[in-house]
Parts: sequence; structure tokens; C-alpha cells
Amino acid sequence: MEESGSFYQRDRAWHPPPLTPQYKTSLLRSPRKALLSLENTISEMTGPLFGHDLIGKLDNDLIQNYAKTGEAIGPRINVYGRVIDENGRGVPDTLVEIWQANAGGRYRHKKEGYTAPLDPNFGGCGRTITDSAGRYWFRTVRPGPYPWPNRVNDWRPAHIHFSIFGHAFAQRLVTQMYFEGDPMIWQCPIATGIPDRAALQQLVAALDRNNSTHMDSLAYKFDIVLRGRRSTPFENRKEGN
Amino acid sequence: MVQRLDQLKETPSQTAGPYIHIGATPNHSGISGVYRQDLGRTMVARAAKGERITIVGHVLDGAGEPLKDALIEIWQADAAGLYNSPQERRGKADPNFAGFGRQPTDEKTGEYRFETIKPGPVPFVDGAPMAPHITFWIIARGVNVGLHTRMYFSDEAAANAKCPVLSRLEHRERAKSLIARRSEKDGKVVYRFDIRLQGEDETVFFDV
Repeated sequence: MEESGSFYQRDRAWHPPPLTPQYKTSLLRSPRKALLSLENTISEMTGPLFGHDLIGKLDNDLIQNYAKTGEAIGPRINVYGRVIDENGRGVPDTLVEIWQANAGGRYRHKKEGYTAPLDPNFGGCGRTITDSAGRYWFRTVRPGPYPWPNRVNDWRPAHIHFSIFGHAFAQRLVTQMYFEGDPMIWQCPIATGIPDRAALQQLVAALDRNNSTHMDSLAYKFDIVLRGRRSTPFENRKEGN
Repeated sequence: MVQRLDQLKETPSQTAGPYIHIGATPNHSGISGVYRQDLGRTMVARAAKGERITIVGHVLDGAGEPLKDALIEIWQADAAGLYNSPQERRGKADPNFAGFGRQPTDEKTGEYRFETIKPGPVPFVDGAPMAPHITFWIIARGVNVGLHTRMYFSDEAAANAKCPVLSRLEHRERAKSLIARRSEKDGKVVYRFDIRLQGEDETVFFDV
């Protein structure tokens, strides 16, 4: 079916609000005025397409894509899932980028202040493009939790950052994936900035022993839902727009 | 009971955090050898049609301090007003212009910079032209949901005055926050576009 309808409105109550005071940086970085609501124009209904030739052979394998003297250290995991839209349809050929701390919870970044060591064989970035059904796979190490300067004893739960393009700029999304069973999710000022518990649960990847790799890696399944499109033919929209 | 709509909920957003550049611009952040080039770094090939422009500016927080850890993405039409996207059905866009750009704000000064071309006008949903504009998307530590806005051009006063999107602003005064100021120096065209996250002159952000 051809994709042409405009996108379902974003449910802002399902997302964290701009101002979440327990996450201190949001205080000075949160807009306070009402957003200007706009029905989708061609500027939001189009978006860049990145070809599969962009992706190098090891781009989705973080255990190997920065390996210098050996492979990255840590519990090995497969992270896989589908990018779908709110109508449940797969979103094929879309770029998915991830970044994360190493197994000790340390980022390869000069502004990082945590004492845990760098892993010389772990860079922390990966990317892939979904297949014709919207599926994606990454192989990486499970990132560690880490302390961060917010309140004195705040630690981030283990997480992987995700960036997804979709087929239109209106679908652009950046989020974080958490791990099943981690009690720190529910103590985290960033994660709990999402007001609805069911919404936050949508960010918790499920442990999937069935898709683990024998004697190599555990698997976590993380499906990502992007905004869906209207499918009725009745729109106040001129041909071609 | 009624029938179920069978619609899923969008995955909720989370902040990009302080280390966004590891994922988005790894070469820039010192992680080399993984990707050949950072995505969206170059938008314009030599043969691209249109006026070459530079866009510079800062993203300012509520205290007026520039963000030094933000990432900006832009998305725009080519010089003829066509998007380089499979969703573009009005014609074929200039193959020498990507339309998509991605740049970090400088870690010392907070300045961002895009080398691009001036886009042509594109139509609103009713077919009337919108004034030429570039979509901006800003993510950073402390920003819980990516911020969507538009940059318009100071030298398009007549088109801006008629733009169906700008005219929707209840407080017309706020349209100024969306208009980049043009200057020319040594034959180079530079637009300055500062984005204010908070305060009296808060930039207009969009719910699209």
C-alpha cells in the first residue's frame, strides 16, 4: 500500500514533558511556550533515505567495529527487533544508529567523568538499516550502569541510545533502550520523566533466550514504534502535497 | 464495548544525553575508523544548483548560555523547491543536493555551521506557497523530546508576510524568532540563526 497520508498526531502525554525538574539540566533547556501545531506539510512528510551501501560490514557489530588488539570485553548480547509504525506495519530501509557506554559503564568521550576504565577495543557506536520487513540486528556488549552529576547519588540504569529516522522527518525519534529486570530504571530521573508507567515499559527490552547465540551471546528484543499514517482517502490536501 | 482501533503507541522519546556525538558524529568526537565519514557532514556537491549559503548560530539556554553539546539536523528542499526523498511526488530533486545535514555545536564556542544552498518555496497543504524555509531539529542533554522548528530568510520579506505557517502565529511578533538575518561578506552569503530554548525571545517550536 502506498504511503501518502499524513501522520497521526504525536501524543505528547506519552512522551516525557520538556520540563522534568528531577533531571536538572531540563530546567534551563525546556521551552515554556506552547508549541505551534501544524498539520503535516511536504516539509515534514518527506525525509532523507540512506542507501544500504552506507553501511560497512561491521557497522552493526560493536564487539568488532573498534577492535584494535582483540574484541570488546563484556557480556555479549544480540539486540534485535523491528521498526514498525503505529499501524503495526514494518518500516523498511530506515537508518538505526546506536551509541552506548562500555561494559564498565564508561563512554569514550572526553567530557566523561566516571573513573571506570576505557576498553581499548570498544568505540561505542553502531548503525544499520532495516530490512524489507523493518527488522534490525546489533551485536554488542551489555553496557554497565554509571554515576552522573545530577543529584549526588544518581546512577543511570544500563541503556543503549537509539536514533531512528523513519521515512519522514515527522517520524524522527531519539530514545533509549533499557534492560528487563533492572531495578534502577524505576529510580532514574531521566527514565521516570516519562509519566505513564506503560510508556516507560515500552523502552524495556525483553530478555530472549531463544535468540541467543550458542555459547556466545544472550539476546534482547527491542521493537521501536514510529508514528503511523492516516489511511482514509479524505484529507484536505491538494494533489501531490 | 466497542471495536478496538488496533493502533500502537509511538515509542516514547528520551534525551540524547551528553554523549550524542559518539553515535551521531563519531569521527568528530575522536572515534575514527568505524564510519568513513560522519553522516550529513556534506550536503552540497559541486554540481548542485542554487545559491551557496552558510548558516551559523548558537543554541541558547534559559540563562543565555550557548549549548556546547547539542546536535542539529536540518532538512530542506533544493533550489527548485523539491525534496530529495522517496516521499517527494512532485518531481525529481537535484541529485547533487542531499537536503539533509547534521552538525554538532562547537564544544568550545557552541557555534554551529551548515554549508548549504538556499531552498526554493514549497507548497502548503492547500497548494499555496510557503515562504522558503529549512526544518531544524535540535537534540541535546536536557532536551527530553527533539525540538522541531523552521528557519526562514530575512531577504524574503514579501513571501514571509504571506506564508500560511508564519501567519498562523497568534503573536505575530514571535515570527521574528524564526527569521535568519542575511549578511554578505567577501562575496559569501551568511545567515545567522540563533535558537533560544527559553525566555522572552523563545524560539517558536512546532508540533508537526
